[in-house]
Amino acid sequence: MRYIVEFKNIFKSYPGVIANDDVSFNIKEQSIHAILGENGAGKSTLVKILYGHVKPDSGEILINSNLAIINSPSTAKNLGINMVFQHFSLFESLTVAENLILGMNENISLTKLKDKSKTICDKYGFNLNLNSPISSLSVGQRQSVEIVRSLLNNPKILIMDEPTSVLTPDEIGKLFKIIKNLVKDGLTVIFISHKLEEIINLSDYVTIMRNGKVVSTISTQNENPETLGYKMLGYKVSKVKQVSKINFSQEIFNIKNLSTQSKDPFTINLNKIDLNLKKGQIFGIAGVAGNGQKELMEILLNENDYEFSGDIFFKDLNINNLSTFQRKSLSISYVTEERLGHSAVPEMSLSENIFLSMNHKSEFKKGDFINFEKINSFASDVIKSFNVDTPSYNVKAGKLSGGNLQKFIIGREIMSNPELLILSQPTWGIDAGSEAFIKKTIVELSQKGVSIIIISHDLDELLEVCHEISVLYEGSLSNPLNVEDINITKLGKYMGGLFD
Amino acid sequence: MSIELIIGILNIVLISTTPLVFAGIGELVTEKSGVLNLGLEGLMLVGAVTGFITLVLTGNYFYSLFLSIISGIILSGIFAFLVLNLMTNQIATGLALTIFGIGLSAMLGKKFAGTPIDGLNPYYFIVISFLLVFLVGYFLSKTKSGLIVRAVGENHNSAYALGYNVIKTRYLTIIFGGVMSSLAGYYISICYAPMWQEGMTAGRGWIALALVVFATWKPWRLLVGAYIFGGVAIMQMNLQAFGVELPGQFFNMMPYIATLIVLVFISSNKVRLKLSAPSCLNIPYEKNS
Repeated sequence: MRYIVEFKNIFKSYPGVIANDDVSFNIKEQSIHAILGENGAGKSTLVKILYGHVKPDSGEILINSNLAIINSPSTAKNLGINMVFQHFSLFESLTVAENLILGMNENISLTKLKDKSKTICDKYGFNLNLNSPISSLSVGQRQSVEIVRSLLNNPKILIMDEPTSVLTPDEIGKLFKIIKNLVKDGLTVIFISHKLEEIINLSDYVTIMRNGKVVSTISTQNENPETLGYKMLGYKVSKVKQVSKINFSQEIFNIKNLSTQSKDPFTINLNKIDLNLKKGQIFGIAGVAGNGQKELMEILLNENDYEFSGDIFFKDLNINNLSTFQRKSLSISYVTEERLGHSAVPEMSLSENIFLSMNHKSEFKKGDFINFEKINSFASDVIKSFNVDTPSYNVKAGKLSGGNLQKFIIGREIMSNPELLILSQPTWGIDAGSEAFIKKTIVELSQKGVSIIIISHDLDELLEVCHEISVLYEGSLSNPLNVEDINITKLGKYMGGLFD
Repeated sequence: MSIELIIGILNIVLISTTPLVFAGIGELVTEKSGVLNLGLEGLMLVGAVTGFITLVLTGNYFYSLFLSIISGIILSGIFAFLVLNLMTNQIATGLALTIFGIGLSAMLGKKFAGTPIDGLNPYYFIVISFLLVFLVGYFLSKTKSGLIVRAVGENHNSAYALGYNVIKTRYLTIIFGGVMSSLAGYYISICYAPMWQEGMTAGRGWIALALVVFATWKPWRLLVGAYIFGGVAIMQMNLQAFGVELPGQFFNMMPYIATLIVLVFISSNKVRLKLSAPSCLNIPYEKNS
């Protein structure tokens, strides 16, 4: 087999960070080649360079041993390189057919398109309705549209950026079968992931990247998740283990028959959600993104008077109509999914961000003035206790890395002494070190009697820290499963909506 | 009320509404691609004064129409360069364009105010305006180029990732919008009035902008909306003729009140607005480096 892609000394820097540092490796034709690395290791930048989306500062790419100058996505597509994006590049308000047409290199009539896409769908087992608008599709279906759109151009190379992050275990299995069939038919697949087991199951070769550099390119044959993980991180991460089988007694937080009836097609309606949380319990809400997590978080936070029916009780007090600050005063704390812009204002200092989320506390005010002395000392405490890597509390929140900012935000909420902590995607997109620290902190917090709700797409994370897990599917919440006697098949079925 | 009177009123509505259709349909295409151009009023005035001066100086309708269109291309081209290449704020740049157009047209037209000319028959333009609405509707919904315009306005990052040239597409739609606005202005000074007077477009550029939202970015609704707005404007003259005793200022503000009511009504329905509004409207596009 010959090399279809050769990266030669690719270098790309952004202000303050080197994304790709002298990256060189080769990809064999008709293989599945994985690129493994943590968030921020430079995987995405590298494939974006291959796809002409980003220009490298220096370095060369050879396609079929010929020097290729790829300065835009359209050049890449002409060379037979197509890409399936992590955050889909679909047009929400347009139909499937319109999206497919937009992805095609040639001009094509609607009937011809129907024939062509039907051939592909039948061959590889996709199921698409060409007339549906994208906004009505599930995440899995959207990904099918993206893949079919790429295949319509008869690509030689298909880049897939974290394709499994939005799929249920069942859908992942199907996708892998499709990818293997595509490769049999002559395609080369470049597969980006940070999930070790997937890479071992799927790919032939793997290039491991760390801090923008290539650590090594190896065959996956003799690897296992532990060895790959060590190569990816450069150190071992110890897993936290949740203390098993505790009899929780005291109820602290209840959701009863919570439903929404929004007519907005861009939102998911919640359907009769019941939830019981006890003191010291960690409750996980699993599920693929876009199944109502955003809407549920809206209602728990109550920032926008989101309309719903049903009741929410905190320690037997109905909090339906209480504002965010009133809920915070009752010692409920929140960590939202969006770190910058929601949990923290990027242009303001860490101290100022403390005040913004805690100005319901009188100790931070002197009459109508801000008590900066108190706030600064509080900020220093958070920075010290939660290992936030920053020179001072005067640094702007936007300057911190994702992991550091998340540690700061979670620290801020924890140090306000909550009785209930609600977290959304607490470790999404942060480095493994910070992730381990945050998980450990959460578990320790629950042992002190704090109740915690975690909404997350990351099953491994939930299985690691939670006592009980429910699955959210199209706005319905499954019955809770005890983590002790959970199995992944059952959880997979739940994530596909197969529960009562 | 006699039949003649009704026909007369309808005729006036038809004649007076056409500039709204021209400017509105141009802005609709611009906004469909994700750019908000608030400079319509300025573009119309410069188009009006350029056409008028050329006609006075040369007596040639073709030259006057041609130069009026050129003025639209130049001014909207400058706008496009500012917002697309230099990435200035679209709202501020559009407002500046309007203020600039008002000043420039007043300065250029000072000597020509009140000069008598022979106007053109408005009916040619009325027919063209109807045709244009139909063609734009067909272009946007049935052709691949129209689909690309919508895609660029819906999600410019995705459009770029699929290999489309976002900046080029937006240059073309902005310039189309500019030409349509100058045609609207040309129609006012050459067919509708026909004369030149400072600020003679009298806020029609703003009404055209509101019209695009009113139409929820759909060409045929824009046509209907234009005639409703045009009808409201004409009501002022006719109600006075029927002896309704209200101050003239009240009627002058009617179109704006109607615009406000419609805007409030439209934006109260978030779903409809979201489904029809181009998602990237007024969001600057930064090309990856």
